[in-house]
Amino acid sequence: MDLAAITIIQVINLIASLALLSIGLAVIFGMMRVINLAHGEFLMLGAYAVLVPTQAGVPLWISMFIIAPLFVGIVGVIIERLIIRHLYGRMMDTLLATWGLSLLIVGAMTMIFGNTMEGISTPFGSFTIGSLADSQYKFFTIGITAVVLLVAYIVLKFTRFGLIARATMQNSDQASVLGVSPPAVYTLTFGIGAALAGLAGAILAPISGVLPTMGAAYIAKAFITVIGGGEAILTGTAAASVFFGAINQTTTFFTSSVVGEVALLVAAIILLRLLPQGITGRFFRRGL
Amino acid sequence: MLEVKQLKVSYGRIPILHGVDFNVTEGEFIGILGHNGMGKTTLLKALIGLLKPVSGEIQLKNQNITRYPPHKRNRFGIGYVAQGRDIFPNLTVRENLRTGILMHKNLRSKETTIIEEILEDFPRLESLLNRRGGVLSGGEQQILALARCLCGSPELLLLDEPTEGIQPSIVEEIIEILKNLRVKRGLTVVLVEQNLEFISALSDRVYVIRRGVFTGELSPEQLANPEIVQEFVGMN
Ligand SMILES: Nc1ncnc2c1ncn2[C@@H]1O[C@H](COP(=O)(O)OP(=O)(O)OP(=O)(O)O)[C@@H](O)[C@H]1O
Ligand SMILES: [Mg+2]
Repeated sequence: MDLAAITIIQVINLIASLALLSIGLAVIFGMMRVINLAHGEFLMLGAYAVLVPTQAGVPLWISMFIIAPLFVGIVGVIIERLIIRHLYGRMMDTLLATWGLSLLIVGAMTMIFGNTMEGISTPFGSFTIGSLADSQYKFFTIGITAVVLLVAYIVLKFTRFGLIARATMQNSDQASVLGVSPPAVYTLTFGIGAALAGLAGAILAPISGVLPTMGAAYIAKAFITVIGGGEAILTGTAAASVFFGAINQTTTFFTSSVVGEVALLVAAIILLRLLPQGITGRFFRRGL
Repeated sequence: MLEVKQLKVSYGRIPILHGVDFNVTEGEFIGILGHNGMGKTTLLKALIGLLKPVSGEIQLKNQNITRYPPHKRNRFGIGYVAQGRDIFPNLTVRENLRTGILMHKNLRSKETTIIEEILEDFPRLESLLNRRGGVLSGGEQQILALARCLCGSPELLLLDEPTEGIQPSIVEEIIEILKNLRVKRGLTVVLVEQNLEFISALSDRVYVIRRGVFTGELSPEQLANPEIVQEFVGMN
């Protein structure tokens, strides 16, 4: 019984982490059809944007919720202006450019911080169910992910910016003749996607540790989640996270974490075989 | 109001418009008549800024807007209803209407009033407000596209074949709506069409376009005479 409860919490935590680390990539891909291969590095920058201020004595929550998203968001805006903007509609070129960018960011961060893993002590303590214990930080991750998804939903569904963004996503030419400047929407969207990645990196940092090359571990998972989710940004990310997260964690539970990762990959391949448009290409098509 | 001088437009290396000249004065309703593939859509896209001209000049209200991107032209007073009525299929009718308003700073605060007014002019939309645009019939989509465009209070309206694939009763309805709106809002309109009845019911003057050049100008009386029209348009 205790084991079941803990396991369920762990599954939900993994689902939440998956959604959290994918949402920034999903926003950028869903709105702009740009696959940002530097997404892992945005996560890593978010992690450093918590590490450095925290070491300098800034309270953890301020670094996590303000400095990290803001810093990575600004980096995103600059990158969109300098690089992405000139490559719209050229999927291959964007892939190459963002891949190059990811190498550049890793290189620069390694030069500055060295190739050593640093840690941020995990806040909160642990909780116990019966004889079993686990970290309370899991509840925090789950809660934050829920809030992030909810806020994103509200913004897209109910605000003026959300409406303009959805219109631009469906037909940017048509939006432009109604007075929308698509480049401005794209800059903002890319910035928001980057900020979400920054926030995700910040939240994951205390568990994962902080290292210039840490992004590589996440990009594949985020990528699979976004492609597996399909067209609808939020519904797709949520649905794919639930699917992949549950498979990954359950397999891990019965075997080992390596087999868990393999199961995730296999599940992704089968899913895309059956549903090439991702989950929301078939189900929840009206979702956001 | 609108002055177009020696406008040339190409797709890549293929020239489509070979130097189009015309003027529209304030309050005028201009028709442009031409067959499939003669360059009507190309001309309107160049006027709204979706296509960049190779050379030539476009002036609106005595300002050179040739280099303006589409969103700037729209905010400067040009409304455009595309051929095939590009409504946003996954937005509701109300949301579609709102997209016509939101980017106009001076209108934003009056959103609800503007939509109420528009619904008076387009009562057909009233009962459809919460449906997704994509499920509307072709005629309803055309009316929505027109209504959405008017939400931004344009001074100059560009219409690309609003009657394409639409049943006669709705064509009549659109004629009535446009006639009323013209008086009510003092609209200036440039309409491109193949439908003779529609264009002659509304236009003060009609230009004929053939293979990317204006080949003549018809008065509504001449339009009523099929032989003259045939000669100009080169039907058959
Ligand atoms: N994207 C494009 N690339 C190359 N050629 C094009 C493109 N779009 C249109 N054309 C060509 O330009 C010419 C004019 O096209 P346009 O769409 O302006 O015609 P139209 O008068 O609007 O016709 P219709 O009545 O069928 O809408 C046609 O010969 C067409 O084949
Ligand atoms: Mg056309």
